Amino acid sequence: MSRLTRRQALGAGAAAGLAVVGAAPPAPAAPATAAAPAAVRRRTVHGTPQPFDEVYLGRRIQGGPSHSGGHHAHHADGWIVRIDGQELHVMRNADGTWISVVNHYEPQATPRALARAAVLELQGASLVPLDLA
Amino acid sequence: MTVRKNQAALTTAEKRRFTDAVLELKRTGRYDAFVTTHNGFIMSDTDHGPRTGHRSPSFLPWHRRFLLDFEQALQSVDPSVALPYWDWTVDRTPASSLWAADFLGGTGRSRDGAVMDGPFAAAAGNWPITVRVDGRDHLRRSLGARGLQLPTRAETDSVLAMPVYDMPPWNSASDGFRNHLEGWRGVNLHNRVHVWVGGQMATGVSPNDPVFWLHHAFIDRLWTQWQTRHPDSAYAPAAATSDVVDLHDPMRPWNDVTPADMLDHRPHYTYDTAA
Repeated sequence: MSRLTRRQALGAGAAAGLAVVGAAPPAPAAPATAAAPAAVRRRTVHGTPQPFDEVYLGRRIQGGPSHSGGHHAHHADGWIVRIDGQELHVMRNADGTWISVVNHYEPQATPRALARAAVLELQGASLVPLDLA
Repeated sequence: MTVRKNQAALTTAEKRRFTDAVLELKRTGRYDAFVTTHNGFIMSDTDHGPRTGHRSPSFLPWHRRFLLDFEQALQSVDPSVALPYWDWTVDRTPASSLWAADFLGGTGRSRDGAVMDGPFAAAAGNWPITVRVDGRDHLRRSLGARGLQLPTRAETDSVLAMPVYDMPPWNSASDGFRNHLEGWRGVNLHNRVHVWVGGQMATGVSPNDPVFWLHHAFIDRLWTQWQTRHPDSAYAPAAATSDVVDLHDPMRPWNDVTPADMLDHRPHYTYDTAA
């Protein structure tokens, strides 16, 4: 199931020609996806999430497929999310919802909602590099 | 024998000895090793890959062993100390004595979430957040922010009534007692409490807040209560399940302990009141 999701994500990324790197030009806004309210995160979320690149509350948030699976073994699910260029560790749940290391116990419907929730949580603080001891 | 007590019943002296022992583990660096271990498992336990500490059947025995390690570390500092538990179905507001300045301190201030009182406030200088996911080095909380409510006794009882320990696919999508207690499905007990506390407790480095141990001591007690209510129900899966810790499989990071070894808490500690 995760492989299928991954292929879907990678395929969508290739089609969009989007590479998520710090210098990537802003992509057109994907169809609006509201930050997930409690009702949403209870539902199974189907389909491939939309890549995004936007400024939210003064922070640049970006998300999209990772083409190689990334340099780090913990980049599960084929997606990378960044806040001001720093990677946010994210994970996809079996029901299609998402969590991050900043909001670990409160699933969100999409990576964009996850990035926005992280911006709120961070209150302006910078992410620090991941350290998997 | 170690007796784990309800935090609300602790004497002032017991609270002081507990927080002093926690601060001593912090001073020597032993505390942060627990935070690092927990975050490592949080980030590597996945629904469709190897999973040990979370989102899997071994969530309960893994945390039982993790808490035993921490309790033994505390007792190496002060042999009189035991882990207290926080019954959040009863002590369910920021006005609880749990959050008083003589114990864990209260919620964070609105500007930046910083906890401003108690032994773990940044100003006291004894609680730097060193294992962290962002640049902030002070303990933060936002107790009950956004109107979130802690689980009720009725919600908790509805989960304790579930007779099956865990079910395929043995992850965050599972039906059964374990996943409902963990909170990925249903009324949401354990996960919701992490979110209610907020701050570091809502992140992968949640043991940075000492309330982590009191929360998990109560989750651990609920597992015992479930066993008492369902004496014919057993840990599952029993064998031959890929990516998942079967009953007799060793658990990382210890590699010398299995879920079967952790099913009975009584060799390790008892409780102040009957389960």
